Amino acid sequence: MLLKSSLSIATVCVGLLLSTSSAFAADSCATGKTLKDGVLTIATGNPSYFPWVLDNDPKAGKGFEAAVAYEVATRMGFDKDNVEWTTASFDASIQPGEKNFDFNLQQFSITEDREKVVDFSVPYYSAAMAVLTRKPIQEKGAKPELESLKGLLWGASSATTGVPMLNKLIKPDDKPLLYNDNNDVVAAMKANQIDAALFDLPTAMYLGAVVLDDGVVLGQFPADRSENPDQFGLLMTEGNPLKNCVDEALEAMKEDGTLASIEAEWLQQTTSVPLIK
Amino acid sequence: MLTIRQAHAKRVKQRSITIAVISTIAAIALVYFLVPLAPGWPAVKKSFFNAEIFIKTFPTLLDAFMLDVMIFLWCAPLIAILGLIIALCRDVRSPALYPLRLFGAIYTDVLRGIPVVLIVYLIGFGVPGLGLSRPWNSPYIWGSLALILTYSAYVAEIFRSGIESVHSSQRAAAESLGLSPSDTMRFVVLPQAIRRVVPANMNMFIALQKDVALLSFIGPVEVLRQAGVYKSLYANFTPYVAAAVIFLIITIPATRFADHLMSKQQRERS
Repeated sequence: MLLKSSLSIATVCVGLLLSTSSAFAADSCATGKTLKDGVLTIATGNPSYFPWVLDNDPKAGKGFEAAVAYEVATRMGFDKDNVEWTTASFDASIQPGEKNFDFNLQQFSITEDREKVVDFSVPYYSAAMAVLTRKPIQEKGAKPELESLKGLLWGASSATTGVPMLNKLIKPDDKPLLYNDNNDVVAAMKANQIDAALFDLPTAMYLGAVVLDDGVVLGQFPADRSENPDQFGLLMTEGNPLKNCVDEALEAMKEDGTLASIEAEWLQQTTSVPLIK
Repeated sequence: MLTIRQAHAKRVKQRSITIAVISTIAAIALVYFLVPLAPGWPAVKKSFFNAEIFIKTFPTLLDAFMLDVMIFLWCAPLIAILGLIIALCRDVRSPALYPLRLFGAIYTDVLRGIPVVLIVYLIGFGVPGLGLSRPWNSPYIWGSLALILTYSAYVAEIFRSGIESVHSSQRAAAESLGLSPSDTMRFVVLPQAIRRVVPANMNMFIALQKDVALLSFIGPVEVLRQAGVYKSLYANFTPYVAAAVIFLIITIPATRFADHLMSKQQRERS
């Protein structure tokens, strides 16, 4: 009995030792590897959107990506004051050469081809793709079923992995129209030039609720239906020495449930959208 | 048997050809050997000149380019007609028709002063947003109209310069022969004016061929957009290089042809 309890105390001690040493390792793993000594520079899009970053102000730490970024930074040993934010466009981020950030998060889907040019962390979010449309289209009989979706006139933002998914999974009867960014897709929906568009679920919900007056998120693709659900990763320059440090922090967040609770806090409404048959 | 002068001229010509060839080769060799020495060259080569991706994407891009050609083909005649009408508005001489003159001036000033892409956006999303029903809200219609409005403003100015290049004594002569002002314009001024500005208009149409790609901003998947999709898919800029090559296949012969017309005209005048 006594032996057992002292053993368990010993286990706890060893565990504590291990965890403090790993915390110490996390503290030092970023030293000298950041762009600016002692400061972690994080990039996001400008503007950045709800629910990823609230009010286009990542410094406040509100919104899913802002919260993840600060949690990662903390686990890498940077307190809130030692985190600097900057902005970077998609194109600038995937170009070869020097970057103005240590890591960049703006819903970058991890793909094999992108990985040849830049480094991604382990994923911090897996996004289901969802169909955004407008009430008049739904009233005309659009249903969350593949057959019904084929007959719609589709649009998508050209830089997203929604485009190949549209062509492979939905195979619409008419050629889809493609746009520079989500704002233009929404403009085309408002002008009734397209019926529906593919976005990842959180974006679709935001656009449907806030930007479109009569927006409806018609349905979402189950993860097994979409061949590989979009996974978002933190983007870094190719061969960035920080990668191990960032991955370690993310894995730890996954293990102890912090990542899941951040997701629940900022992206919780996911279940109210039906699955597409 | 060559004269001394002819022999000398031949020697000079041969010498300058040799020098031209050597210096061209030297310049190409310099670029060919120096550029790869740049520290970033392997990365740039991989992301801009990737043969594998070029071959994979080229056929689809060529297919998408047909859409550019079609948009060009229905825009070009409308631009020529509208441009001529605007030019004629600006040349109206009767005081009662002054509003037409004013309209022509404002039209060319405003539409030449706004970047094409802005007009494409404003008309392409703005007009259909008024609540037009399909197919009348198509981005093809309103995007094409945006190009037609912008380019007709430039073409109108070119036509006007052609009309003004016809000496006023010709108008006076036509009038003294009893031709009405409209007949003077139709049978005396325009045939000369239009012929004189053909090379300048050729240049406008070469520019139009490239600007057709701006329609991709409002939805149509033409070559620039298709290249952009591939760029995102493969995280590689080679599809843009392939699109540029496709444009050059069309624009280089067209540019050469315009230059040829221009020098031919110069020879005829001198």
